[in-house]
Amino acid sequence: MTQGIYRVEYNRKLAPDVWELRLSGDTEAVTAPGQFLNIKLEGFYLRRPISICDWDGEGVTVLYKVVGRGTAALSDAEPGQDLDILCGLGNGFDVSKCGSRTLVIGGGAGVPPMYGLAKALLRAGKTPIAILGFNKKEEIFYEERFRALGIETVITTMDGSYGTKGFVTDAFPAEYDYFCACGPQPMLKAVYHTSKTSGLLSFEERMGCGFGACMGCSCKTKYGNKRICKDGPVLEKEEIIW
Amino acid sequence: MVSTKVTLSGIELDNPVIPASGTFGYGQEFAELYDINCLGTFSFKGTTRAPRFGNPTPRIAETPSGMLNAVGLQNPGVEKVIAEELPKLKKIFHKPVMANISGFSIDEYVETCALLDREEQVGWLEVNISCPNVHNGGMSFGTSPQAAAGVTKAVKAVTTKPVYMKLSPNVTDIAAIARACEDAGADGISLINTLLGIRLDLKSRKPLLANTTGGLSGPAVFPVAVRMVYQVYEAVSIPVIGMGGVSSAEDVLEMMLAGASAVEVGAANLVNPFACRDIAAALPEAMEKYGINNLSDIIGGAHHG
Repeated sequence: MTQGIYRVEYNRKLAPDVWELRLSGDTEAVTAPGQFLNIKLEGFYLRRPISICDWDGEGVTVLYKVVGRGTAALSDAEPGQDLDILCGLGNGFDVSKCGSRTLVIGGGAGVPPMYGLAKALLRAGKTPIAILGFNKKEEIFYEERFRALGIETVITTMDGSYGTKGFVTDAFPAEYDYFCACGPQPMLKAVYHTSKTSGLLSFEERMGCGFGACMGCSCKTKYGNKRICKDGPVLEKEEIIW
Repeated sequence: MVSTKVTLSGIELDNPVIPASGTFGYGQEFAELYDINCLGTFSFKGTTRAPRFGNPTPRIAETPSGMLNAVGLQNPGVEKVIAEELPKLKKIFHKPVMANISGFSIDEYVETCALLDREEQVGWLEVNISCPNVHNGGMSFGTSPQAAAGVTKAVKAVTTKPVYMKLSPNVTDIAAIARACEDAGADGISLINTLLGIRLDLKSRKPLLANTTGGLSGPAVFPVAVRMVYQVYEAVSIPVIGMGGVSSAEDVLEMMLAGASAVEVGAANLVNPFACRDIAAALPEAMEKYGINNLSDIIGGAHHG
Protein backbone atom coordinates (compact mmCIF):
# COMPACT_ATOMS: atom_id res chain seq x y z
CA MET A 1 0.00 0.00 0.00
CA THR A 2 1.13 3.54 -0.70
CA GLN A 3 -0.37 6.89 0.18
CA GLY A 4 -0.11 9.57 -2.43
CA ILE A 5 -1.63 12.48 -4.27
CA TYR A 6 -3.28 11.56 -7.56
CA ARG A 7 -4.42 14.00 -10.24
CA VAL A 8 -7.79 13.66 -11.93
CA GLU A 9 -7.27 13.28 -15.69
CA TYR A 10 -10.94 12.85 -16.53
CA ASN A 11 -14.15 11.95 -14.69
CA ARG A 12 -17.01 11.08 -17.02
CA LYS A 13 -20.40 9.44 -16.94
CA LEU A 14 -20.64 6.06 -18.71
CA ALA A 15 -24.19 5.02 -17.84
CA PRO A 16 -26.87 6.22 -15.39
CA ASP A 17 -25.01 6.76 -12.07
CA VAL A 18 -21.86 5.00 -13.36
CA TRP A 19 -18.69 7.09 -13.76
CA GLU A 20 -15.21 6.46 -15.10
CA LEU A 21 -12.39 8.25 -13.28
CA ARG A 22 -8.84 8.31 -14.54
CA LEU A 23 -6.14 9.29 -12.05
CA SER A 24 -2.46 9.85 -12.72
CA GLY A 25 0.04 8.92 -10.05
CA ASP A 26 2.20 6.18 -8.61
CA THR A 27 0.87 2.68 -9.33
CA GLU A 28 3.81 0.72 -7.93
CA ALA A 29 1.62 -0.65 -5.12
CA VAL A 30 -0.85 -2.25 -7.53
CA THR A 31 0.19 -5.89 -7.72
CA ALA A 32 -2.99 -7.69 -8.86
CA PRO A 33 -6.34 -7.02 -10.54
CA GLY A 34 -9.20 -6.72 -8.05
CA GLN A 35 -7.28 -4.53 -5.60
CA PHE A 36 -8.80 -1.22 -4.60
CA LEU A 37 -8.11 2.43 -3.81
CA ASN A 38 -9.28 4.32 -0.72
CA ILE A 39 -10.05 7.91 -1.66
CA LYS A 40 -10.20 10.88 0.74
CA LEU A 41 -12.87 13.42 -0.15
CA GLU A 42 -13.19 16.92 1.23
CA GLY A 43 -15.97 17.07 3.81
CA PHE A 44 -16.13 13.32 4.51
CA TYR A 45 -14.35 11.70 7.44
CA LEU A 46 -13.82 8.19 6.10
CA ARG A 47 -12.22 7.37 2.76
CA ARG A 48 -14.19 5.75 -0.09
CA PRO A 49 -12.98 2.30 -1.16
CA ILE A 50 -13.29 1.80 -4.94
CA SER A 51 -12.00 -1.16 -6.97
CA ILE A 52 -9.34 -0.64 -9.62
CA CYS A 53 -10.63 -1.26 -13.14
CA ASP A 54 -7.34 -0.85 -15.00
CA TRP A 55 -3.86 0.47 -14.40
CA ASP A 56 -0.55 1.14 -16.12
CA GLY A 57 2.71 2.89 -15.29
CA GLU A 58 1.04 6.32 -15.51
CA GLY A 59 -2.05 5.87 -13.38
CA VAL A 60 -5.24 4.02 -12.54
CA THR A 61 -8.78 3.93 -13.90
CA VAL A 62 -11.67 3.31 -11.56
CA LEU A 63 -15.38 3.01 -12.32
CA TYR A 64 -17.83 3.81 -9.56
CA LYS A 65 -21.56 3.94 -9.04
CA VAL A 66 -23.07 6.99 -7.38
CA VAL A 67 -24.98 5.48 -4.46
CA GLY A 68 -24.63 8.06 -1.69
CA ARG A 69 -23.30 11.49 -0.80
CA GLY A 70 -19.65 10.43 -0.95
CA THR A 71 -19.77 8.99 -4.46
CA ALA A 72 -21.93 11.94 -5.54
CA ALA A 73 -19.16 14.25 -4.31
CA LEU A 74 -16.58 12.17 -6.19
CA SER A 75 -18.57 12.64 -9.40
CA ASP A 76 -17.96 16.40 -8.98
CA ALA A 77 -14.17 15.94 -9.11
CA GLU A 78 -12.75 18.04 -11.96
CA PRO A 79 -9.77 17.32 -14.22
CA GLY A 80 -6.61 18.77 -12.63
CA GLN A 81 -7.92 18.25 -9.10
CA ASP A 82 -5.65 16.41 -6.64
CA LEU A 83 -6.97 13.57 -4.48
CA ASP A 84 -5.32 11.95 -1.43
CA ILE A 85 -5.46 8.20 -2.08
CA LEU A 86 -4.30 4.95 -0.49
CA CYS A 87 -3.38 2.76 -3.46
CA GLY A 88 -2.98 -0.98 -3.94
CA LEU A 89 -5.20 -2.21 -1.11
CA GLY A 90 -6.40 -5.79 -0.69
CA ASN A 91 -5.18 -9.06 -2.13
CA GLY A 92 -6.79 -8.96 -5.58
CA PHE A 93 -7.26 -11.93 -7.92
CA ASP A 94 -4.38 -14.42 -8.07
CA VAL A 95 -4.12 -15.02 -11.81
CA SER A 96 -1.78 -17.99 -11.24
CA LYS A 97 -4.72 -19.86 -9.67
CA CYS A 98 -6.91 -19.33 -12.73
CA GLY A 99 -7.38 -21.99 -15.41
CA SER A 100 -6.79 -21.79 -19.16
CA ARG A 101 -10.53 -21.08 -19.72
CA THR A 102 -11.59 -18.85 -16.85
CA LEU A 103 -15.03 -17.30 -16.55
CA VAL A 104 -14.76 -13.62 -15.68
CA ILE A 105 -18.13 -12.80 -14.14
CA GLY A 106 -19.17 -9.27 -13.20
CA GLY A 107 -22.52 -7.95 -12.04
CA GLY A 108 -23.35 -4.22 -12.20
CA ALA A 109 -20.89 -2.27 -10.05
CA GLY A 110 -18.88 -5.53 -9.85
CA VAL A 111 -17.96 -5.36 -13.55
CA PRO A 112 -15.02 -2.88 -13.32
CA PRO A 113 -12.36 -5.04 -11.61
CA MET A 114 -13.12 -7.85 -14.06
CA TYR A 115 -11.78 -5.74 -16.92
CA GLY A 116 -8.32 -5.50 -15.34
CA LEU A 117 -8.56 -9.20 -14.54
CA ALA A 118 -9.41 -10.11 -18.15
CA LYS A 119 -6.35 -8.15 -19.31
CA ALA A 120 -4.14 -9.85 -16.72
CA LEU A 121 -5.39 -13.29 -17.79
CA LEU A 122 -4.58 -12.48 -21.40
CA ARG A 123 -1.08 -11.36 -20.38
CA ALA A 124 -0.67 -14.70 -18.58
CA GLY A 125 -1.58 -16.56 -21.78
CA LYS A 126 -4.99 -17.66 -20.50
CA THR A 127 -8.40 -17.37 -22.16
CA PRO A 128 -10.94 -15.31 -20.23
CA ILE A 129 -14.65 -15.62 -21.07
CA ALA A 130 -16.54 -12.57 -19.84
CA ILE A 131 -20.10 -12.78 -18.52
CA LEU A 132 -21.37 -9.35 -17.56
CA GLY A 133 -24.75 -8.93 -15.91
CA PHE A 134 -26.87 -5.78 -15.78
CA ASN A 135 -30.47 -4.95 -14.90
CA LYS A 136 -31.34 -3.47 -18.31
CA LYS A 137 -29.88 -2.24 -21.58
CA GLU A 138 -29.51 1.41 -20.45
CA GLU A 139 -27.23 0.37 -17.56
CA ILE A 140 -24.68 -1.52 -19.67
CA PHE A 141 -21.12 -0.16 -19.70
CA TYR A 142 -17.72 -1.41 -20.90
CA GLU A 143 -19.15 -4.04 -23.27
CA GLU A 144 -17.12 -2.65 -26.17
CA ARG A 145 -13.99 -2.47 -23.96
CA PHE A 146 -14.24 -6.16 -23.14
CA ARG A 147 -14.93 -7.02 -26.81
CA ALA A 148 -11.92 -4.92 -27.87
CA LEU A 149 -9.74 -7.33 -25.87
CA GLY A 150 -10.78 -9.95 -28.42
CA ILE A 151 -12.41 -12.18 -25.81
CA GLU A 152 -15.77 -13.92 -25.82
CA THR A 153 -18.14 -11.52 -24.05
CA VAL A 154 -21.69 -12.40 -23.03
CA ILE A 155 -24.05 -9.73 -21.72
CA THR A 156 -27.06 -10.67 -19.59
CA THR A 157 -29.90 -8.38 -18.61
CA MET A 158 -32.55 -9.08 -16.00
CA ASP A 159 -35.36 -7.74 -18.18
CA GLY A 160 -34.07 -9.23 -21.43
CA SER A 161 -33.72 -5.81 -23.07
CA TYR A 162 -30.24 -6.78 -24.35
CA GLY A 163 -28.22 -10.00 -24.67
CA THR A 164 -29.22 -13.08 -22.73
CA LYS A 165 -32.27 -12.62 -20.50
CA GLY A 166 -31.73 -13.54 -16.87
CA PHE A 167 -28.88 -13.90 -14.40
CA VAL A 168 -25.17 -14.31 -15.15
CA THR A 169 -25.63 -17.95 -14.13
CA ASP A 170 -28.04 -18.41 -17.07
CA ALA A 171 -25.13 -17.70 -19.43
CA PHE A 172 -22.55 -20.17 -18.10
CA PRO A 173 -20.91 -21.98 -21.03
CA ALA A 174 -20.55 -25.76 -21.11
CA GLU A 175 -16.78 -25.67 -20.90
CA TYR A 176 -14.65 -23.72 -18.43
CA ASP A 177 -12.10 -24.74 -15.84
CA TYR A 178 -12.18 -21.86 -13.33
CA PHE A 179 -14.18 -18.75 -12.49
CA CYS A 180 -13.70 -15.31 -10.94
CA ALA A 181 -16.67 -13.20 -9.88
CA CYS A 182 -17.47 -9.78 -8.45
CA GLY A 183 -20.94 -8.38 -7.88
CA PRO A 184 -23.78 -8.12 -5.39
CA GLN A 185 -23.94 -10.88 -2.75
CA PRO A 186 -27.02 -12.65 -4.23
CA MET A 187 -25.15 -12.92 -7.54
CA LEU A 188 -22.01 -14.24 -5.83
CA LYS A 189 -24.08 -16.79 -3.96
CA ALA A 190 -25.78 -17.95 -7.18
CA VAL A 191 -22.38 -18.22 -8.91
CA TYR A 192 -21.00 -20.15 -5.92
CA HIS A 193 -23.80 -22.72 -6.15
CA THR A 194 -24.00 -22.95 -9.96
CA SER A 195 -20.27 -23.20 -10.69
CA LYS A 196 -18.81 -26.67 -11.27
CA THR A 197 -15.18 -25.64 -10.68
CA SER A 198 -13.03 -23.86 -8.13
CA GLY A 199 -13.01 -20.10 -8.28
CA LEU A 200 -12.41 -16.74 -6.66
CA LEU A 201 -15.11 -14.35 -5.44
CA SER A 202 -14.63 -10.68 -4.60
CA PHE A 203 -16.71 -9.28 -1.73
CA GLU A 204 -17.86 -5.86 -0.67
CA GLU A 205 -18.25 -4.63 2.92
CA ARG A 206 -18.47 -1.31 4.72
CA MET A 207 -14.92 -0.47 5.78
CA GLY A 208 -13.29 1.77 8.34
CA CYS A 209 -9.64 1.98 7.35
CA GLY A 210 -9.28 -0.30 4.29
CA PHE A 211 -5.84 -1.58 5.34
CA GLY A 212 -6.51 -4.11 8.08
CA ALA A 213 -6.29 -2.01 11.24
CA CYS A 214 -9.83 -1.54 12.53
CA MET A 215 -11.47 -4.95 12.08
CA GLY A 216 -14.54 -3.17 10.70
CA CYS A 217 -15.06 -5.56 7.78
CA SER A 218 -14.33 -8.98 9.28
CA CYS A 219 -16.01 -12.16 8.07
CA LYS A 220 -15.85 -15.80 9.07
CA THR A 221 -14.37 -18.30 6.61
CA LYS A 222 -13.52 -22.00 6.81
CA TYR A 223 -9.89 -20.90 7.16
CA GLY A 224 -10.63 -18.56 10.08
CA ASN A 225 -11.61 -14.90 10.48
CA LYS A 226 -10.62 -12.67 7.60
CA ARG A 227 -10.65 -8.94 6.96
CA ILE A 228 -12.34 -8.18 3.63
CA CYS A 229 -10.04 -5.16 3.16
CA LYS A 230 -6.69 -6.83 3.86
CA ASP A 231 -7.08 -10.63 3.60
CA GLY A 232 -9.71 -10.07 0.84
CA PRO A 233 -11.64 -8.70 -0.92
CA VAL A 234 -11.04 -11.86 -2.98
CA LEU A 235 -11.77 -15.15 -1.23
CA GLU A 236 -11.49 -18.70 -2.53
CA LYS A 237 -14.73 -20.59 -3.18
CA GLU A 238 -13.49 -23.41 -0.92
CA GLU A 239 -13.17 -21.19 2.16
CA ILE A 240 -16.54 -19.43 1.93
CA ILE A 241 -19.21 -20.51 4.40
CA TRP A 242 -22.51 -20.63 2.46
CA MET B 1 16.23 21.95 21.33
CA VAL B 2 12.78 21.20 22.80
CA SER B 3 12.03 18.02 24.79
CA THR B 4 8.97 15.96 23.93
CA LYS B 5 9.63 13.44 26.71
CA VAL B 6 6.91 12.59 29.21
CA THR B 7 6.65 9.97 31.94
CA LEU B 8 3.84 7.51 32.71
CA SER B 9 4.18 5.78 36.09
CA GLY B 10 7.97 5.87 36.03
CA ILE B 11 8.37 4.79 32.41
CA GLU B 12 9.73 7.51 30.16
CA LEU B 13 8.19 8.01 26.69
CA ASP B 14 10.12 9.73 23.90
CA ASN B 15 6.93 11.61 23.11
CA PRO B 16 3.35 11.55 24.37
CA VAL B 17 1.83 10.16 21.15
CA ILE B 18 0.16 6.76 21.63
CA PRO B 19 -2.03 5.06 19.01
CA ALA B 20 -5.26 4.14 20.76
CA SER B 21 -6.49 0.62 21.21
CA GLY B 22 -8.57 -0.78 18.37
CA THR B 23 -7.06 1.48 15.72
CA PHE B 24 -3.58 -0.05 15.60
CA GLY B 25 -4.07 -3.82 15.88
CA TYR B 26 -0.98 -5.39 17.44
CA GLY B 27 1.27 -3.05 15.46
CA GLN B 28 1.99 -5.21 12.41
CA GLU B 29 -0.09 -3.37 9.78
CA PHE B 30 1.57 -0.07 10.66
CA ALA B 31 5.07 -1.49 10.95
CA GLU B 32 4.75 -2.33 7.24
CA LEU B 33 4.31 1.41 6.62
CA TYR B 34 6.77 3.08 8.98
CA ASP B 35 9.11 2.41 11.92
CA ILE B 36 6.65 2.46 14.82
CA ASN B 37 9.51 3.03 17.30
CA CYS B 38 8.98 6.73 16.61
CA LEU B 39 5.90 6.51 18.86
CA GLY B 40 5.84 6.96 22.63
CA THR B 41 4.22 3.54 22.85
CA PHE B 42 0.96 2.10 21.53
CA SER B 43 -2.09 0.56 23.11
CA PHE B 44 -2.76 -2.79 21.54
CA LYS B 45 -6.11 -4.17 20.37
CA GLY B 46 -8.58 -4.71 23.20
CA THR B 47 -7.83 -8.23 24.40
CA THR B 48 -10.11 -10.58 26.29
CA ARG B 49 -9.63 -13.90 28.09
CA ALA B 50 -11.25 -15.92 25.27
CA PRO B 51 -11.08 -15.28 21.50
CA ARG B 52 -13.96 -13.15 20.17
CA PHE B 53 -15.25 -12.69 16.62
CA GLY B 54 -17.17 -9.59 17.62
CA ASN B 55 -20.35 -8.18 16.16
CA PRO B 56 -21.95 -8.87 12.78
CA THR B 57 -21.26 -6.40 9.95
CA PRO B 58 -21.83 -3.58 9.10
CA ARG B 59 -19.66 -2.50 12.02
CA ILE B 60 -18.74 0.97 10.72
CA ALA B 61 -20.82 4.05 9.88
CA GLU B 62 -19.63 7.51 8.95
CA THR B 63 -20.77 10.59 10.88
CA PRO B 64 -20.11 14.31 10.54
CA SER B 65 -16.41 14.68 11.46
CA GLY B 66 -16.18 11.16 12.77
CA MET B 67 -17.39 7.61 12.73
CA LEU B 68 -19.37 5.04 14.67
CA ASN B 69 -17.91 1.60 15.28
CA ALA B 70 -19.40 -1.55 16.72
CA VAL B 71 -16.55 -3.99 16.15
CA GLY B 72 -17.38 -5.77 19.40
CA LEU B 73 -13.86 -6.44 20.67
CA GLN B 74 -12.79 -8.88 17.98
CA ASN B 75 -9.50 -10.37 19.18
CA PRO B 76 -7.68 -13.71 19.24
CA GLY B 77 -7.80 -14.04 23.05
CA VAL B 78 -5.03 -13.32 25.55
CA GLU B 79 -3.28 -16.69 25.21
CA LYS B 80 -2.81 -16.30 21.47
CA VAL B 81 -1.76 -12.67 21.94
CA ILE B 82 0.97 -13.81 24.33
CA ALA B 83 2.00 -16.81 22.23
CA GLU B 84 1.91 -15.16 18.79
CA GLU B 85 1.44 -11.38 18.78
CA LEU B 86 3.94 -10.37 21.47
CA PRO B 87 6.83 -12.40 19.97
CA LYS B 88 6.08 -10.90 16.52
CA LEU B 89 5.89 -7.44 18.08
CA LYS B 90 9.24 -7.88 19.84
CA LYS B 91 10.96 -7.96 16.45
CA ILE B 92 9.57 -4.61 15.34
CA PHE B 93 8.93 -2.61 18.51
CA HIS B 94 11.59 -2.11 21.14
CA LYS B 95 9.66 -0.15 23.78
CA PRO B 96 7.21 -1.19 26.48
CA VAL B 97 3.73 -1.65 24.97
CA MET B 98 0.43 -0.76 26.60
CA ALA B 99 -1.80 -3.82 26.99
CA ASN B 100 -5.46 -2.92 26.57
CA ILE B 101 -7.70 -5.50 28.18
CA SER B 102 -11.46 -5.99 28.41
CA GLY B 103 -13.72 -8.35 30.25
CA PHE B 104 -17.32 -9.22 30.84
CA SER B 105 -16.87 -10.32 34.46
CA ILE B 106 -14.41 -9.51 37.25
CA ASP B 107 -12.92 -12.99 36.90
CA GLU B 108 -12.22 -12.42 33.22
CA TYR B 109 -10.42 -9.12 33.90
CA VAL B 110 -8.37 -10.76 36.64
CA GLU B 111 -7.34 -13.79 34.58
CA THR B 112 -6.37 -11.70 31.55
CA CYS B 113 -4.38 -9.20 33.61
CA ALA B 114 -2.63 -11.95 35.57
CA LEU B 115 -1.48 -13.57 32.32
CA LEU B 116 -0.22 -10.27 30.86
CA ASP B 117 1.48 -9.33 34.13
CA ARG B 118 4.18 -11.95 33.35
CA GLU B 119 5.06 -10.38 29.99
CA GLU B 120 8.13 -8.14 30.16
CA GLN B 121 7.16 -6.33 26.93
CA VAL B 122 4.04 -4.98 28.65
CA GLY B 123 4.70 -1.65 30.32
CA TRP B 124 1.19 -0.76 31.45
CA LEU B 125 -2.22 -2.36 31.63
CA GLU B 126 -5.01 -0.23 30.24
CA VAL B 127 -8.26 -1.67 31.52
CA ASN B 128 -11.35 -0.90 29.44
CA ILE B 129 -14.40 -0.81 31.70
CA SER B 130 -16.93 0.23 29.06
CA CYS B 131 -17.93 -3.42 28.57
CA PRO B 132 -21.20 -4.80 29.90
CA ASN B 133 -21.03 -6.92 33.06
CA VAL B 134 -22.73 -10.21 32.20
CA HIS B 135 -23.36 -10.85 35.90
CA ASN B 136 -25.10 -7.54 36.44
CA GLY B 137 -27.77 -7.36 33.74
CA GLY B 138 -25.24 -6.18 31.16
CA MET B 139 -24.65 -2.84 32.86
CA SER B 140 -21.26 -1.42 31.95
CA PHE B 141 -18.62 -1.55 34.71
CA GLY B 142 -17.70 1.99 33.80
CA THR B 143 -21.06 3.53 34.64
CA SER B 144 -20.92 3.23 38.43
CA PRO B 145 -18.12 4.26 40.81
CA GLN B 146 -18.57 1.02 42.83
CA ALA B 147 -18.30 -1.27 39.78
CA ALA B 148 -15.31 0.67 38.41
CA ALA B 149 -13.60 0.44 41.79
CA GLY B 150 -14.38 -3.27 41.95
CA VAL B 151 -12.54 -3.98 38.70
CA THR B 152 -9.64 -1.73 39.70
CA LYS B 153 -9.14 -3.44 43.06
CA ALA B 154 -9.40 -6.94 41.60
CA VAL B 155 -6.91 -6.20 38.83
CA LYS B 156 -4.43 -4.42 41.11
CA ALA B 157 -4.33 -7.54 43.29
CA VAL B 158 -2.87 -9.65 40.47
CA THR B 159 -0.36 -7.31 38.82
CA THR B 160 2.63 -5.19 39.70
CA LYS B 161 2.41 -3.28 36.43
CA PRO B 162 0.87 0.20 36.43
CA VAL B 163 -2.88 -0.04 35.88
CA TYR B 164 -4.67 2.67 33.88
CA MET B 165 -8.45 2.48 34.03
CA LYS B 166 -10.01 3.47 30.71
CA LEU B 167 -13.27 5.26 31.41
CA SER B 168 -16.50 5.46 29.48
CA PRO B 169 -17.77 8.99 28.76
CA ASN B 170 -21.38 7.76 28.81
CA VAL B 171 -21.85 8.72 32.46
CA THR B 172 -23.27 11.64 34.42
CA ASP B 173 -20.26 12.25 36.70
CA ILE B 174 -16.92 11.26 35.18
CA ALA B 175 -14.97 12.78 38.11
CA ALA B 176 -16.70 10.52 40.65
CA ILE B 177 -15.77 7.42 38.66
CA ALA B 178 -12.17 8.56 38.23
CA ARG B 179 -11.92 9.21 41.99
CA ALA B 180 -13.36 5.76 42.77
CA CYS B 181 -10.68 4.18 40.55
CA GLU B 182 -7.93 6.21 42.22
CA ASP B 183 -9.19 5.27 45.69
CA ALA B 184 -9.21 1.60 44.63
CA GLY B 185 -5.54 1.81 43.71
CA ALA B 186 -5.45 2.75 40.01
CA ASP B 187 -2.11 4.13 38.84
CA GLY B 188 -3.70 6.31 36.18
CA ILE B 189 -6.83 7.13 34.22
CA SER B 190 -7.35 6.85 30.46
CA LEU B 191 -10.21 8.69 28.82
CA ILE B 192 -12.40 8.98 26.86
CA ASN B 193 -13.71 5.79 25.31
CA THR B 194 -16.25 6.32 22.53
CA LEU B 195 -19.60 8.07 22.93
CA LEU B 196 -22.66 5.95 22.27
CA GLY B 197 -24.49 6.78 19.03
CA ILE B 198 -26.89 5.53 16.37
CA ARG B 199 -27.22 6.35 12.67
CA LEU B 200 -30.17 5.35 10.52
CA ASP B 201 -30.44 4.57 6.83
CA LEU B 202 -33.22 6.57 5.21
CA LYS B 203 -33.84 3.97 2.49
CA SER B 204 -34.18 0.93 4.74
CA ARG B 205 -35.36 3.02 7.72
CA LYS B 206 -33.12 0.83 9.89
CA PRO B 207 -29.88 1.39 11.84
CA LEU B 208 -26.75 1.44 9.68
CA LEU B 209 -24.91 -0.75 12.18
CA ALA B 210 -25.89 -4.39 12.62
CA ASN B 211 -25.41 -3.81 16.36
CA THR B 212 -27.81 -0.79 16.25
CA THR B 213 -25.57 1.32 18.52
CA GLY B 214 -21.91 2.13 18.04
CA GLY B 215 -19.16 4.21 19.59
CA LEU B 216 -18.56 7.68 18.19
CA SER B 217 -14.97 8.78 17.66
CA GLY B 218 -13.10 11.29 15.53
CA PRO B 219 -12.77 15.09 15.69
CA ALA B 220 -16.50 15.37 16.54
CA VAL B 221 -15.77 14.18 20.11
CA PHE B 222 -12.61 16.23 20.73
CA PRO B 223 -14.18 19.03 22.83
CA VAL B 224 -16.07 16.48 24.93
CA ALA B 225 -12.81 14.63 25.54
CA VAL B 226 -10.95 17.83 26.48
CA ARG B 227 -13.73 18.72 28.92
CA MET B 228 -13.65 15.29 30.59
CA VAL B 229 -9.84 15.23 30.82
CA TYR B 230 -10.03 18.71 32.36
CA GLN B 231 -12.58 17.55 34.96
CA VAL B 232 -10.73 14.34 35.81
CA TYR B 233 -7.39 16.17 36.16
CA GLU B 234 -9.02 18.32 38.85
CA ALA B 235 -10.51 15.28 40.59
CA VAL B 236 -7.49 12.98 40.87
CA SER B 237 -3.75 13.19 41.51
CA ILE B 238 -2.75 10.17 39.38
CA PRO B 239 -1.71 10.70 35.72
CA VAL B 240 -4.32 11.00 33.02
CA ILE B 241 -3.99 9.78 29.43
CA GLY B 242 -6.22 11.91 27.21
CA MET B 243 -7.85 10.75 24.02
CA GLY B 244 -10.84 11.43 21.81
CA GLY B 245 -10.66 12.97 18.36
CA VAL B 246 -7.00 14.00 18.54
CA SER B 247 -5.79 14.62 14.99
CA SER B 248 -2.84 17.04 15.17
CA ALA B 249 0.14 18.15 17.25
CA GLU B 250 -1.93 21.17 18.34
CA ASP B 251 -4.66 18.82 19.60
CA VAL B 252 -1.99 17.00 21.64
CA LEU B 253 -0.92 20.29 23.24
CA GLU B 254 -4.53 21.20 24.02
CA MET B 255 -5.19 17.81 25.59
CA MET B 256 -2.04 18.16 27.72
CA LEU B 257 -3.00 21.65 28.85
CA ALA B 258 -6.33 20.15 29.96
CA GLY B 259 -4.41 17.67 32.11
CA ALA B 260 -3.16 14.77 30.01
CA SER B 261 0.31 13.36 30.73
CA ALA B 262 0.18 11.50 27.41
CA VAL B 263 -2.25 11.49 24.51
CA GLU B 264 -3.78 8.68 22.50
CA VAL B 265 -4.75 9.02 18.86
CA GLY B 266 -7.49 6.74 17.58
CA ALA B 267 -9.76 7.28 14.60
CA ALA B 268 -7.17 9.47 12.84
CA ASN B 269 -5.05 6.34 12.23
CA LEU B 270 -7.85 4.83 10.17
CA VAL B 271 -8.10 7.82 7.85
CA ASN B 272 -4.38 8.55 7.63
CA PRO B 273 -2.25 5.50 8.41
CA PHE B 274 0.71 7.82 9.04
CA ALA B 275 -1.23 10.07 11.46
CA CYS B 276 0.68 9.14 14.63
CA ARG B 277 4.09 9.32 12.97
CA ASP B 278 3.20 12.71 11.50
CA ILE B 279 1.77 14.07 14.78
CA ALA B 280 4.89 13.01 16.72
CA ALA B 281 7.11 14.57 14.04
CA ALA B 282 5.12 17.83 14.10
CA LEU B 283 5.29 18.25 17.89
CA PRO B 284 8.67 20.08 18.17
CA GLU B 285 7.61 22.76 15.69
CA ALA B 286 4.22 23.21 17.38
CA MET B 287 5.99 23.48 20.75
CA GLU B 288 8.34 26.15 19.46
CA LYS B 289 5.40 28.08 18.03
CA TYR B 290 3.76 28.19 21.47
CA GLY B 291 6.97 28.74 23.43
CA ILE B 292 7.13 25.30 25.06
CA ASN B 293 10.59 23.90 25.88
CA ASN B 294 9.65 20.86 27.93
CA LEU B 295 6.40 19.23 26.97
CA SER B 296 5.89 17.78 30.44
CA ASP B 297 5.80 21.36 31.82
CA ILE B 298 2.42 22.05 30.22
CA ILE B 299 0.50 19.10 31.70
CA GLY B 300 -2.59 20.61 33.32
CA GLY B 301 -1.35 24.07 32.39
CA ALA B 302 -4.89 25.34 31.84
CA HIS B 303 -5.66 24.84 35.54
CA HIS B 304 -2.81 26.90 36.99
CA GLY B 305 -2.77 30.58 37.84
